[in-house]
Amino acid sequence: MTDSLLEIHDLQVAYGGIHAVKGVTLQIAPGELVALIGSNGAGKTTTLKTLAGLLHPVSGQIRYDGKDLHNIAAHQRVAMGITLVPEGRGIFARLTVQENLQMGAYSRNGQHEIAADLARMYELFPRLAERKDQLAGTLSGGEQQMAAMARALMSRPRLLMLDEPSMGLAPLMVQKIFETVRDIAALGMSILLVEQNARLALQAAQRGYVMESGAITLAGASGELLGSEAVQRAYLGG
Amino acid sequence: MEIFFQQIVNGLVQGSVYALVALGYTMVYGILGLINFAHGEVVMIGAMLALSSLNAMLGWGMPPLLALPLSLAFTMLGCMALGYGIERIAYRPLRHAPRLAPLITAIGVSIVLQNLAMMVWGRQYHAFPQMIANNTHTLAGAIINDVQIIIFITALAIMAGLMVVVHRTRLGRAMRAVAEDQHAAQLMGVDINRVISITFMLGSALAAVAGLMVSANYGLAHYYMGFLLGLKAFTAAVLGGIGNLRGAMLGGLLLGLIESLGAGYIGDLTGGFMGSNYQDVFAFFVLIAVLVLRPSGLLGERLAERA
Repeated sequence: MTDSLLEIHDLQVAYGGIHAVKGVTLQIAPGELVALIGSNGAGKTTTLKTLAGLLHPVSGQIRYDGKDLHNIAAHQRVAMGITLVPEGRGIFARLTVQENLQMGAYSRNGQHEIAADLARMYELFPRLAERKDQLAGTLSGGEQQMAAMARALMSRPRLLMLDEPSMGLAPLMVQKIFETVRDIAALGMSILLVEQNARLALQAAQRGYVMESGAITLAGASGELLGSEAVQRAYLGG
Repeated sequence: MEIFFQQIVNGLVQGSVYALVALGYTMVYGILGLINFAHGEVVMIGAMLALSSLNAMLGWGMPPLLALPLSLAFTMLGCMALGYGIERIAYRPLRHAPRLAPLITAIGVSIVLQNLAMMVWGRQYHAFPQMIANNTHTLAGAIINDVQIIIFITALAIMAGLMVVVHRTRLGRAMRAVAEDQHAAQLMGVDINRVISITFMLGSALAAVAGLMVSANYGLAHYYMGFLLGLKAFTAAVLGGIGNLRGAMLGGLLLGLIESLGAGYIGDLTGGFMGSNYQDVFAFFVLIAVLVLRPSGLLGERLAERA
């Protein structure tokens, strides 16, 4: 596993008096789509926020592209290619859709490339093109999720982390979001997908990790996890 | 009717200065949720720096038309450094403290700056040097002088410039993003400390200009002048809807007009019982009225965020 893009070793995170992550170890290879599933409060979001640099670990190691991320601030990680679409999307409601997408490219240089990427995003998400001059706060939940994903892609991530992209969306929109996740994965970036909808997540991913009360309890290929009795009982309602 | 137009002219000039100062309050509030009560003192320091540097340069025999822009640049840089320092030393360590802590600190900073100014510049009033002929003109029966015209036009130009920065540039986008959601802005690669520092420096640069304008308009500067001016500009920001830039500009101009018209007519309204020395009362009537009737201010909006 020396060629991993991301390697986390025995990560421990506490905040506000809660020891939310107690020893997470996981790897993601370049181009891999990995699902992190688990019930509410298992520590999935905390793990992602720590990877993005919004929270600081108590102990453990995060290596990305061979570099230790220990003293690297959240805003610097974006320039290194680590991008998080946070839970609840984090859309700037009072900025227009286009301004939101431009914010995604904040850490990049090169006006022409950014403009070209913007045009590609509008091709990928035609709905956003129709609404580019609207305030993002006026978009529907599904459209906001698309805007958040397009905005994240504008940073040209090498590691894209998605936190509950299906949360609060209608079933049809969930399907659409997952289609988009697969399309994005096909572009070759690594994706770490956190989801409560375990079945959909594992169907999209190549590998998966199961997290319970702050620790990884199961890991394996998606197919194995989907077939595993423990996962079926706990997360797939089977 | 002449009094009416005269008070409109006076009100617009004074109001444009309030607007510049109110923008500083509202920008910082928008981004940090903090009422920077030391902002009025930054205006005062601006007036003092402008006065000292102007007197020095004129003393060296520099022509006024060269001394004025140089002194303005010096004053703006000085106030920007001050604004940066205030945020860095007094507010940043309290970023995650309960909201009352930075508010009290702001009052403390304000007292420190007043006393520092008193030590450096003394307790006396300083006369602002007269540099231009300051011709007067008559406009619809109202008298307006060159200094007032320059103040009004400069203030409008600066406000227009600020709107361009905030709404049309990458920095302005980042400022609005940080104002809305600091975590999400960080996830975009925005160094929020840097954006907050720049916001303080921008507000302080506006305060510097305002300080120079006030002392040029009244011909005086004093170490205590920032207190009342700051409070009025804060009122203007609340009137327009604190956190809203257009609101600060509208609130500033409106407050200038209310104050000026109030002072012009209070004698007639009270049968001579109260005179124009009660001018300052109007700002606080406005403050109380807004807080009671429309706490979100004239342009304060509440945009629902959907899940």
